[in-house]
Amino acid sequence: MKFGVITFPGSNCDQDMVYVLETILEQEVVQLWHKDHDLKGVDFVVLPGGFSYGDYLRSGAIANYSPLMKEVREFAEKGGFVLGICNGFQILCESGLLPGTLLHNDHQKFTCKNVFLKADNNSSLINREVPLDEVLNIPIAHAEGRYYASEETLKEINANNQVIYRYCDADGNVTADSNPNGSLENIAGVCNKAGNVFGMMPHPERAADPELGNTDGLTILKSILAAVPA
Amino acid sequence: MKFKAEIDIMPLKALLDPQGKAVTSSLKNLDLSEIDNVRIGKHISLEIEADSKEAASAKVEEACKRLLANQVMESFEFELEEIA
Repeated sequence: MKFGVITFPGSNCDQDMVYVLETILEQEVVQLWHKDHDLKGVDFVVLPGGFSYGDYLRSGAIANYSPLMKEVREFAEKGGFVLGICNGFQILCESGLLPGTLLHNDHQKFTCKNVFLKADNNSSLINREVPLDEVLNIPIAHAEGRYYASEETLKEINANNQVIYRYCDADGNVTADSNPNGSLENIAGVCNKAGNVFGMMPHPERAADPELGNTDGLTILKSILAAVPA
Repeated sequence: MKFKAEIDIMPLKALLDPQGKAVTSSLKNLDLSEIDNVRIGKHISLEIEADSKEAASAKVEEACKRLLANQVMESFEFELEEIA
């Protein structure tokens, strides 16, 4: 599969993502620049983490109108796969490609730590291969990660299995104490209704190299590879 | 004609505003315990060229909806004044 990783001004997880996809998962990767108008024939677009445009106005708000986002929108509308991690998730929510939004953490602090999460269902590409009883230990690093959506939207995404991951404790219980930022219903990631656009606050690419002692993130990334023909 | 818009953007009433909450408790530390429910938003001012106040208002509204505010979490209101 050919991946494209977009760099926005202020992206800082783009090279980590390129490294993991290319070196660890041995996939073809092209680096895309936000000012271009060409997705270079990729099968899967990744919007990495970081602080695009310095989080000015709102996280992700300005990157949403970067030139390349026009092509990303068209690609997604035609069914192309798009994944946003952290700031990438914020950009996808701002663009309307994903439902809801990400507010300031309820405790108002930037939080950088390992948290536990688990797949909510096996309905989409990004959680299809993740056993529902498997608890993953994945880092988060954000100040605006409190997932919020209107009551109506929340009902809809639950009914459509659009919640892809939820924060939980080490034993897999979804509890208030295991919610690191005040997200509604411990939501860590969601997908669109069609199931081709995904966003999550935790960073699977930061838990993917055996040298770092934690490869739980590979479980998530390999789910993508297993489900899509090479 | 040139207009100036003064735009207020506020977190929706239903939402927890952690910043406002922290400032509320800080004001209580200053013995200003009468003050409650601080909510913090943004103020944006901008200038706009338009043929009429209505046209300017429509453009500012579009700017708010498309970029300046995210209506999933914020509401906005603005006032327009002719400056030239």
